Order: sequence, then C-alpha cells, then structure tokens
Amino acid sequence: MSLIRYQSPELSTWTPFDRLSSVRDDLNRLFDFSFPGSQRDAGLFSGWTPALDVHQDKDNVFVKCELPGFKKEEIDISLHDGMLTISGERKRETEQKEGESFRTERFFGKFHRSVSLPTAVNSGAVKAGYKDGILTVTLPKAEEAKPKQIEVNVS
Amino acid sequence: MNTMTKAENRTPANGTRPVNYLSPLANIHERTEGYVLEAEMPGVNKEGLEVTVDNNELTILGHRTDEALAGEVVYRESRAWDYKRVFELDPEIDASNITAKMEQGILTLTLPKTERVKPRKISVE
Repeated sequence: MSLIRYQSPELSTWTPFDRLSSVRDDLNRLFDFSFPGSQRDAGLFSGWTPALDVHQDKDNVFVKCELPGFKKEEIDISLHDGMLTISGERKRETEQKEGESFRTERFFGKFHRSVSLPTAVNSGAVKAGYKDGILTVTLPKAEEAKPKQIEVNVS
Repeated sequence: MNTMTKAENRTPANGTRPVNYLSPLANIHERTEGYVLEAEMPGVNKEGLEVTVDNNELTILGHRTDEALAGEVVYRESRAWDYKRVFELDPEIDASNITAKMEQGILTLTLPKTERVKPRKISVE
C-alpha cells in the first residue's frame, strides 16, 4: 500500500510555482548562454546535463551526446521499455589537485540522461561509438517500425 | 592569467550570415612550473584545432569535424557552431614553449613560465 496520496497534475497546488520556476530556468539558461562561467553554480547542486541530440533515418535512430573527456568504460548505456539512458561519472584527475585553480568551469561528477525513443528498436543490435568527446548510439529500427513501400500492381 | 571577452560573434563584411562561436568551458590551474589550461570542445579533433599566440593573447579556435545530424532531427540540444575563446597571457609565460594535447574533445594546454620567474633552489656549499 502506498502512503502517498495520488494527486492529479492538473489539480496540483504546485503548478503555478512550477510554471514560475520554469520561467526562471529559461532566464537562467539565457544568462548561461551569455556568460559561460555562470553554469558552474547550477552544476554544484544539480549535477550537469550534457547536450543530447536525437535524429533518425529510414533504418536507424541515432542518439548523440556530448561527453568530452571521458574514458569509454566510464559511460553506461542502457535500454529499457523504449527509453535509452546514458549515465556516467567524470572523475577529476588527481594531478589537478595540486596548485591553485584560477578558473573552474568544467563539471565533474555524475550525470544521467534519459530519452524516450521515437520508434521501436531492435535492442539486440544497438551499437555505440565514442569519438572526439561525442558518444553516438545507433539503434536499428524494429522491422515493424520501418516505413514500408507497398507496390501496386496495375494489371 | 585572464580571459578576455572579445567580440566573439562577428559579422563578416561581405557575408550575409554572422559567424557564431561557442565559448568552450575552461579550467585553469597554476603550478610552480606554469599553467595548465583545459578547454572542452566536443566534436573537435587535432586537425580542427588552431591555437595562436599574438601579443600576449592566446586564441583557441576549434573547428568541428563531426558530421552534421543526418536524416530527420527529432530532438536537438547541441549547437553545430565552432568554438572560440581568447585568453590574456600572464607575462611570466614562455609563449614559445606552449604545448597542446587534444584528447576526446578536451584540449589541454601546458603554458610553462619563463626560467627567470621559476622558484629556484639555491644550494648552500
């Protein structure tokens, strides 16, 4: 039995607050874009969100994620119920600890991104590559999700 | 060592579209023998990198070599812009001995200090 009462999202008393905070987030993003250094403060508390792209062609869905400075084995990819999750941890190199830091804009620590895929995929044939700090996951579409051409025979 | 905010988005004189750049996130550490600068430029490899020093100004330019998103774009957060950032060099830096390394989208620059300013141990006879 669950002790948390179900609250429908429309009736939630938090909605106006959430809306306000989303406007605030938008404003923050605007500022982040103008002053790259200010992203640091957000990263201290909420981890970081590497940029993620999803694109597709006839046969495949591609998920691309900008993850500079990782080792291959520090990135985890999992697929569950049409949801692809990319997570990992970037560790600060020990040699950087000595000396004085002038500027620390880069994020270290854990990240977690999930994206729901636009079509059904063949989970057994998923491939991933990591090059120049960009992770690319190639997910072949399931046969039933591929567009089909139907030939019309005119007699 | 400072970073300068220069006009990074400029409009070419003859072109119709302004050239936009992303400013790479950077970390700078100072050590006794010099500085280490790391800049994040995912999508840039060794061939797409240009590092120039001119009058105490260090310019990092990264051209993306990754392919454009093929097919239909479902969702996009990244920007396909090149990277550019200008740093002001500490006069103590020996600009002729700067070395660069590019690994998985991270540029690491080692900026040694000139011999003159390095702390020196004097042995007592």
